[in-house]
Amino acid sequence: MVFDANIPIYLQIMKDFKKQIIAGNYKSGEKIASVRELAVSYGVNPNTVQRSLSELEREGLLYSERTSGRFITKDEELLKQLKSAYAIELLDVCIKQLQELQFDKEAILKQMKERLENE
Amino acid sequence: MSDTIIKATGLNKSFGNKQVLKNVSFTCKGGSIVGLLGPNGSGKTTLIKILTGLITGYEGDVQINGHAIGVKTKETVSFLPDEPYFADWMKVKDALHIFADLYRDFDYMRCLEIMQRFQIDERMRIKTMSKGTKEKFQLALVMSRHAKLIVLDEPIGGVDPAAREVILDTILSNYREDQTILIATHLIADIERIFDSVLFIKNGEIILDDNVEELRSETNKSIDELFREKFKY
Repeated sequence: MVFDANIPIYLQIMKDFKKQIIAGNYKSGEKIASVRELAVSYGVNPNTVQRSLSELEREGLLYSERTSGRFITKDEELLKQLKSAYAIELLDVCIKQLQELQFDKEAILKQMKERLENE
Repeated sequence: MSDTIIKATGLNKSFGNKQVLKNVSFTCKGGSIVGLLGPNGSGKTTLIKILTGLITGYEGDVQINGHAIGVKTKETVSFLPDEPYFADWMKVKDALHIFADLYRDFDYMRCLEIMQRFQIDERMRIKTMSKGTKEKFQLALVMSRHAKLIVLDEPIGGVDPAAREVILDTILSNYREDQTILIATHLIADIERIFDSVLFIKNGEIILDDNVEELRSETNKSIDELFREKFKY
């Protein structure tokens, strides 16, 4: 993974985790690698990884069991929300740009529909 | 992170008329990776030589793991200087034996493992090694000590970008949670993702001492960019 050095790295790792969960690379209830292993594979400081995982835990996406490690949440509702929040984030970028080009709601929907049908 | 590993208070050092360290004070927490960043001639190497006991005759106080600099602290500090220090006649094996004799905390097996990654063979002669290979070999030796404090002076200075990756990887995968690593460098972009905090040193003074993630979120800038700003000619 290539990091943007202008943005805190722990935020970028959190985002990467969320993407991996959405993409199905992590399954619900799956055990994740240790802080040390993740630090080596991301090529970053272990304390940075620790911070990302703590934040993800606070958001409920991970849970830890004292002796056996950290796991992806089994809360299906939360996973659904995560997926939808991510889609909204991407759509917002696209909609905003189209609005700047004076596309109204109908025009955007029309374009979107045509694009999806012709894909 | 735990206790303070380095505590420097009011360090002043002059060579002749030139004051190279001016009232330098800082602390480093145990279990962290700290970048000591400054251009050539800023006082980095002088500061490191004080920490490693190679320079005396300074004002102020330094403690490492609660002890004044001396025999006791040499045992707790593993040091990679910015120049090779082996004699040309030596083979890799000779250097390994020297380390094993000198340092009780030297982990021979670990060193062999790291050397394997660097494709360094025990039978190689130090004389015939390239500059980059010599640096990697010294890094392998220094990282194989279970020292509380590891001080690396320009660990990626003489190697190409691909080898830098391997070196950073080696540092990350071999550093233990109870160790602190102080890395002096001016190649910031390549290495800033492994730091916890940074010290900027300019003309012998510490001008910035902060956590890197806080700096990024406060300024929306990389450490490399901040460095370029602070050290503009």
